[in-house]
Amino acid sequence: MSNIPPRLQLKGMTKVYPTVIANDSIDMSIAPGEIHAVLGENGAGKSTLMKAIYGVVKPDRGQIMWDGEVVTIQNPAYARKLGIGMVFQHFSLFETLTVTENIALAMDDYKEMDSLAARIKKVSEEYGLPLDPGQLVHSLSVGLRQRVEIIRCLLQQPQLLIMDEPTSVLTPQAVRKMFETLRRLAQEGCSILYISHKLDEILELCHSATIIRGGKVTGYATPADETASSLARMMIGKELPVCSREKPVMDGEECLAVNSLSKKADDQFGTDLQSINLSVNCGEIVGIAGISGNGQQELLYALSGEHYSDDKGSITIDGKPVGHLNPDQRRDLGLGFVPAERLGRGAVPGMSLSNNAILTAHRHGMVGKGLLKLDRAADFAQKCIADFAVKCGSKKDPITSLSGGNIQKYITGREILQVPKLLVVSQPTWGVDVGAANIIRQAMIDLRNDGSAILVVSEELDELFEICDRLVVIAEGWISPSVTVDETSKEAIGLWMSGMFPGGPTEDKSTTDPKKTG
Amino acid sequence: MFFKIEARPEPSKAMKYFSPLVAALLMLFSGLIIFSLLGKDSIEAFYAFFIEPVNDLYGIGELFIKAAPLMLIGTGLAVGFRASIWNIGAEGQLAIGALFGGYIAIVFNDNSGFFILPLMIVAGAVGGLLWASIPAFLRTVFNANEILVSLMLNYVAILLLGLLVHGPLKDPDGYGFPQSVLFSDSALLPILMEGTRFHLGVLIAVVGVIVGWVLLQKSFTGYQIQVAGLAKNAASYAGFKYKKLIWIGLLSGGTAAGIAGVLEISGPIGQLLPTVSPGYGYAAIIVAFVGRLHPGGILLSSLLMALLYLGGESGQMNLDLPAAVTGVFQGLLLFYLLATDFLIDYRVCFSGFRKEAI
Repeated sequence: MSNIPPRLQLKGMTKVYPTVIANDSIDMSIAPGEIHAVLGENGAGKSTLMKAIYGVVKPDRGQIMWDGEVVTIQNPAYARKLGIGMVFQHFSLFETLTVTENIALAMDDYKEMDSLAARIKKVSEEYGLPLDPGQLVHSLSVGLRQRVEIIRCLLQQPQLLIMDEPTSVLTPQAVRKMFETLRRLAQEGCSILYISHKLDEILELCHSATIIRGGKVTGYATPADETASSLARMMIGKELPVCSREKPVMDGEECLAVNSLSKKADDQFGTDLQSINLSVNCGEIVGIAGISGNGQQELLYALSGEHYSDDKGSITIDGKPVGHLNPDQRRDLGLGFVPAERLGRGAVPGMSLSNNAILTAHRHGMVGKGLLKLDRAADFAQKCIADFAVKCGSKKDPITSLSGGNIQKYITGREILQVPKLLVVSQPTWGVDVGAANIIRQAMIDLRNDGSAILVVSEELDELFEICDRLVVIAEGWISPSVTVDETSKEAIGLWMSGMFPGGPTEDKSTTDPKKTG
Repeated sequence: MFFKIEARPEPSKAMKYFSPLVAALLMLFSGLIIFSLLGKDSIEAFYAFFIEPVNDLYGIGELFIKAAPLMLIGTGLAVGFRASIWNIGAEGQLAIGALFGGYIAIVFNDNSGFFILPLMIVAGAVGGLLWASIPAFLRTVFNANEILVSLMLNYVAILLLGLLVHGPLKDPDGYGFPQSVLFSDSALLPILMEGTRFHLGVLIAVVGVIVGWVLLQKSFTGYQIQVAGLAKNAASYAGFKYKKLIWIGLLSGGTAAGIAGVLEISGPIGQLLPTVSPGYGYAAIIVAFVGRLHPGGILLSSLLMALLYLGGESGQMNLDLPAAVTGVFQGLLLFYLLATDFLIDYRVCFSGFRKEAI
């Protein structure tokens, strides 16, 4: 291997943004046919580095060598010409166009549609990722959409494939399938840059790894020789923290009940809720697993009260029907809610931490005779900052000056400090660093130990298995029966996530094409 | 591209408050250039425009008389603007307020009593409120754009006032002129300062600003209004009633404009005319923004805007400047304010001529 030049070599790559050094002289090298992991927490600089390789951002300093020769990658078109393909974390597909049309748009040289469709069919079957070229993208599941992105890259016969957190939207089964494809590509000589913060995936798939923390390389590793905890140490600089959790109190009274809740989606591409039944008892954490876009958002809007339900008895809190109540009235009955969208929904950008406390906590003595009691709000904010280790200048700082993880800690803290009888949390640790995630999870467990009922919606199976007592799965607007965490496994839940559960939409969406009407 | 515009990593907080001042200075500077292009001596023009109108007690009284409706309407509009409810109809709401208040004055023209003036003010408030409730109703029920509805209703209101002053409300002994009878003393705002026209209405306007300050800065309703304006989804997440906030936003502007209409007819004018406002309802929009939608700022910016009105009049009289000059200054002020506000959040980077990546 020593006399073959590396496929890609980076020397001293540096990119400085006005407030942060995203990449600080990063060196890295990938051989042909190597699957190379780039491991790091959120905000470590992984994505910036990949974008520099793909020509989306210009590095301030540093050298890129391609097959031993120095190159300047000015734009993605040039990167593609070299043989670099990239699958982005967020899809860039037009929902109203077909698979073929979407792929044709990305081809630099115009292809005739019919022959392109035939090629898509051929290549996708070759790699075990079958696709129907004529299908409209909006009717595809998330897993299939990712396939479109991957096939789009494969059609260009890349020498280097960059995959940015590809598994965050996939079921465990679909992940397995994708890994097979990636291994096959590598055997054919294609190098793969695999970006992730999931340690088990890297241990399973990758030949080598570069670990980045705070924009700097903190180590190079051969995953085969490492363990999850040794990789975690390099990634976060300390041991992976674990939450402590006692046995659940299983005899709590029913706090939240959802009784055959059906609802048409407002959005054309939304998911209709199909006769959902669900209950959460006091003193337990129930998790809703599922790939995003399967009705979680619609269900959460119905639970929070941002959308009303036609039948007021379809949702009850503490036995009282609440389907007709607005979020404020439901909070009076003991609801707390942490939405996935932090800024703009869970918090008001442009307001201070202190004023953001008033948003939902105003009922706790912050308003008297119609006037605000700002000192009460400030005390509350101060307590929230202290209890949840929110890193900020002061309670008077605008909430937008905080990092995503700290905003999440603050919003979650604001809801938990009100000691809700029922707490509904969506994506509690999405994009949050490991330390903050641990604080948030522990806080939820503590609240449950104090007798509150908690409902968590998350795409991260690991997280759900760590904190939940019972799990249900949502798929295409249907909800599965519940199972206790001890009785099930990630594989079983993964299967359910594709709709195969008793009373669910039964077809396996990860391998067959869903046909929807309308 | 020769230059590009990029977001500033940390917008300056201080400049959020100073940008109106910068805008005012730029307006002044541009104004001087315009004066000299018109062949006027710019120092003399500056004096005539900005100093002479207020260099005596009478002038200062005039300044406050002009500022009163502006600060009152500006504060009322700010309530809506903070919630991103765009009431452009204050000019019409002012006209209807004047019509309602004026009707009371005409009906009770032969009577005297302390009750007439308060009744006029209440009637004016009700008139403005009713007129503003039309866009509020259409917005909350049919989701009709309140900007268009309130704007178009201005023309309706002004024509309605004109129609009635040309018809039923015309002074029968007025030799056919389109104007109402002169109001009796009971329907006129008492003068508070000898030798000026400084009347009680100025204090009423200041009270209105204080009420607006409590509402916006201190009350829970004001907080909800602000949340709705900054992040509508956060307001609905918290369960604030958005439709209620739309009503509050539009009606407070309408009420303030209606009262301002009464202050005009029972103050400097003293009767109903087909035209009762030199564009106060529009100028108040600028006043509200220059004042940062904050009642304290609006108080100051209303004085600046009043000075532009007085300066315009003085410029016409002393320098033969065209009547449009007031509008030019108002436009310049708004233009510079928008420009400086934009530059708080963004900066222009000159990158020279080079090929940009696609």
